[in-house]
Amino acid sequence: MISAQCPECEATVPCDDDTVVGEVVPCPDCGADLEVSALRPPLLVLAPPEEEDWGE
Amino acid sequence: MSEPRLAMLASRVRVEEKMLLDAFARRHLDVELVDVRRLVVDTHRAVPAWGAVLDRSLQLSHALAALRLLEDRGVVTVNAHQVVVNCSDKVVTTSLLSAAGVPVPRTLVAFSVAGALEAIEAVGYPAVIKPPVGSWGRLVARVNDRDAAEALLEHKATLGSVAHHVFYVQEHIAKPGRDIRVFVAGGELLCAVERVSDHWVTNTARGASTRNRPVSAEIAELSLRAAAAVGGGVLAVDLLEDGERLLVSEVNHTMEFRNSVDVTGVDIAGRIVDHFVAAARLGAPPESMALAVNA
Repeated sequence: MISAQCPECEATVPCDDDTVVGEVVPCPDCGADLEVSALRPPLLVLAPPEEEDWGE
Repeated sequence: MSEPRLAMLASRVRVEEKMLLDAFARRHLDVELVDVRRLVVDTHRAVPAWGAVLDRSLQLSHALAALRLLEDRGVVTVNAHQVVVNCSDKVVTTSLLSAAGVPVPRTLVAFSVAGALEAIEAVGYPAVIKPPVGSWGRLVARVNDRDAAEALLEHKATLGSVAHHVFYVQEHIAKPGRDIRVFVAGGELLCAVERVSDHWVTNTARGASTRNRPVSAEIAELSLRAAAAVGGGVLAVDLLEDGERLLVSEVNHTMEFRNSVDVTGVDIAGRIVDHFVAAARLGAPPESMALAVNA
């Protein structure tokens, strides 16, 4: 299990071993949506808010 | 002949993208996951030597630009740029479906508040107003009377971006608490689900649940015709039941499918990958090859 720090509240956020860059994980402490920006070393950034042309 | 190099264009990696990556892995196929936000295309130089790219971009504007640039540089894309153009704007989709004789709800398009009000009164109340470009049921409105229509149109004209100054007005279909979503890949029907909700908007992004829908001959025929009308590819065709008749409400080009796998028992991700790999090996989406042969 890898982990990284939440950029919002500095909590330790666990990530599954099969986590990939681009995945979004919630911070268990503050609830912020965090995007996995890198894996070696693991880096989390605040996930961008939904934009008007997002979707399917 | 060497295998074409495969890539998947994505931004946020959702459950669907992970299912697709897993489907590639199960087939022992290498695929490069490309974050569209990190992609830089120099229009004077060749793009990376991808034979084919599967688009799973979350952001439409990114998908449209990237697919065009890749296609013009010889990369096979699924879906094709033109298919995304055809599906992403409801005005274009409805126009194509209607012109192809595919039954759609009565739809009027207006270009001013006065024109939109005239269109709403023409289809009668309740009327449905949708943004031409939008997903997940966002900003879709059911208008029950003239007061609501005037208020909504004033808000759109004042607060909306220019994209909201084209008014897509549709008759309201009193569907039976559900719509039908049909998954199609390369002219083949994969499966269908019912999206069930107490709310009149039946997007799963808005909380609708899914259950398997047996595919009748009519559903199959209509869905494949709708898919062909927008250019084919990997698509989800949404159908509305209006009494005994079926209408096509929209066609989606980068659909989500996480809630439709267990209920149908169909490996949707695997079937998408199979279609994509077939397109990559042909050097074109199978439908466009057929069109070229028939031309």
